[in-house]
Amino acid sequence: MKTSLGAAAIAIAPGMLLFSPAHGNTAAASSKVRWGMLIDTTRCTDGCNDCVNACNKENGLSGGTSPTDSQWIRKIEIKDVSTGRAVSLPMMCQHCEHPPCVDVCPTAASFKRADGIVLVDRHRCIGCRYCMMACPYKARSFVHEPLHDQKPDVPRGKGTVEACSFCVHRIDNGQIPACAEECRNKAILFGDLNDPNSEIHQKVRSVSSTQIRADLQLNTGIRFQGL
Amino acid sequence: MPTLSSLRLKNFYFYVLLAAGGLVALAGLYAVHMMESHGHIITGMNNQIVWGMPHVFAIFLIVAASGVLNVASIGSVFGKAIYKARAPLAGLLSIAMLAGGLAVLMLDLGRPERLMVAATNYNLTSVFAWNVVLYSGMFSLTAIYLWTMMERRMNPWSKPAGLAVFAWRFILTTGTGLIFAFLTARQAYGSALLPPMFIVLSFAWGLAVFHVVQTVIYAWNEKALDPEILRRKKNLLGVFVIGSLYLVGAYHLTNLYFAHEAAFERFILLDGGIFPSLFWWGYIVVGSVVPLLLIYLPGMNKPKWVMTASLLVILGAFALLYVFIIGGQAYPLDIFPGYQVSSTFADGQIATYQPSLYEILLGFGGLAIAFIITTVSVRVLNFMPQDKSYIAD
Repeated sequence: MKTSLGAAAIAIAPGMLLFSPAHGNTAAASSKVRWGMLIDTTRCTDGCNDCVNACNKENGLSGGTSPTDSQWIRKIEIKDVSTGRAVSLPMMCQHCEHPPCVDVCPTAASFKRADGIVLVDRHRCIGCRYCMMACPYKARSFVHEPLHDQKPDVPRGKGTVEACSFCVHRIDNGQIPACAEECRNKAILFGDLNDPNSEIHQKVRSVSSTQIRADLQLNTGIRFQGL
Repeated sequence: MPTLSSLRLKNFYFYVLLAAGGLVALAGLYAVHMMESHGHIITGMNNQIVWGMPHVFAIFLIVAASGVLNVASIGSVFGKAIYKARAPLAGLLSIAMLAGGLAVLMLDLGRPERLMVAATNYNLTSVFAWNVVLYSGMFSLTAIYLWTMMERRMNPWSKPAGLAVFAWRFILTTGTGLIFAFLTARQAYGSALLPPMFIVLSFAWGLAVFHVVQTVIYAWNEKALDPEILRRKKNLLGVFVIGSLYLVGAYHLTNLYFAHEAAFERFILLDGGIFPSLFWWGYIVVGSVVPLLLIYLPGMNKPKWVMTASLLVILGAFALLYVFIIGGQAYPLDIFPGYQVSSTFADGQIATYQPSLYEILLGFGGLAIAFIITTVSVRVLNFMPQDKSYIAD
């Protein structure tokens, strides 16, 4: 018995190494954390595309803007019809607490991680696009063509749906999302909304911020200042 | 009495029809292969119009598959003899159209090879996942229902089976309507009126398909349908078309009443290019008013007029679904109410959509699957309605 257990252990042990995570980070996402962003629209400038370019580079997107190209983040110019006040802001997955995409996904490929990041499991997505119909922010894109030269950290796949992942691979490495890092005006503040000591936590307590389509009561992880 | 040579000729025609259906189905499969190898880039669908022509065909087939069973229900549940004689054919058409519709829906997926994933991972909050259960349940229940009707020893069970199918198809079409009704963020959808609207539409579309198939089968077998039966059935179609108009009208009127939906309604009903034309000319005039005239004007009792009215109802159905599905997505999603918006991702712009040949081939492939199942089954089994001499119920 002992011999056979030992033999089994020897047989399995080298194999176990094959399953170790690529970055050696084994800690599971914690539900004590709620990752979020506070976007200061007064600092975001019309015509600046730093966040979009950073996202495309980090995630290996083509940067094309045809109707079939993936756009995980886009700049939207908005103008109040009655007052004429114009604002420029980045729009991406709002990482809702109650995400409609997760509700409607038939295979549970769309899911919310314990730390509030909404993701798509590319191995489970069947490409039905119901999440794209359900998302109130048009945050998701469908991969219309075969892909080449993908980033090892950002697996994507033809025929599946994708969206901003908050650069989850960077977060798990202790970095902040690429868009927040590259914004020249420091308009994007990223952090843990639940951590009382975090800058974002203190700032959302002190400044007035809004959620987009707050009427839908999705409790988005992204808040906007100056809207 | 048919002669041997006329039977041989008919036999030949049967295989020609089957081959034609098979060719169309093959063309559909070719489209699927192309979409698989090149991706959805070769379709007209994009990140704004995420559901396109395949969904128009699939939803028509699925909704009509549920509605055609109305014929069976009136027979089995409400005991009307002329409908009871037609229940097996209705059951067959339901299975055939469900198969065609589901095939289109599944083959349009970005990853159709992951069907097993869809079958084994259920997200209980997803109405799509509910529909997977509802559709497969419908298949099995209708198959059992057919068995209870066609196997003499099982006849006593046909009433309970018919009752189960009756309840199931209501839930099924509710589920189809809910796919859209749950999309609260989109102006075109997110209305509680959609499930009942789809149910009434299913009655009209299902009965129209039934009439077409019945007319063809009677002509093929050189039989004449009792004019009284034809009169009752065409009047029923008229009632369903009026019912559909009522619910489609109520849906648009309620939208018009909400200030935030007014611009969307203006787009669909007035200035949205192809969509208002398809709605008014396709659905209202060709798909509803003309069929109603053909049904209710005196002297229109010939089978060919009922057949024409039914074909027009089917055409109108496609027009309405195109407006509902494509038009509903083409109108920009209102992310910032009260603001003018623009971006590289078509925010604030009407999305454009040009269906590609592949999508249309896939849609027709679904129709062909339904056609083949029906044609073969009608030949090998006895689905011809067997009427006793007509007695008013």
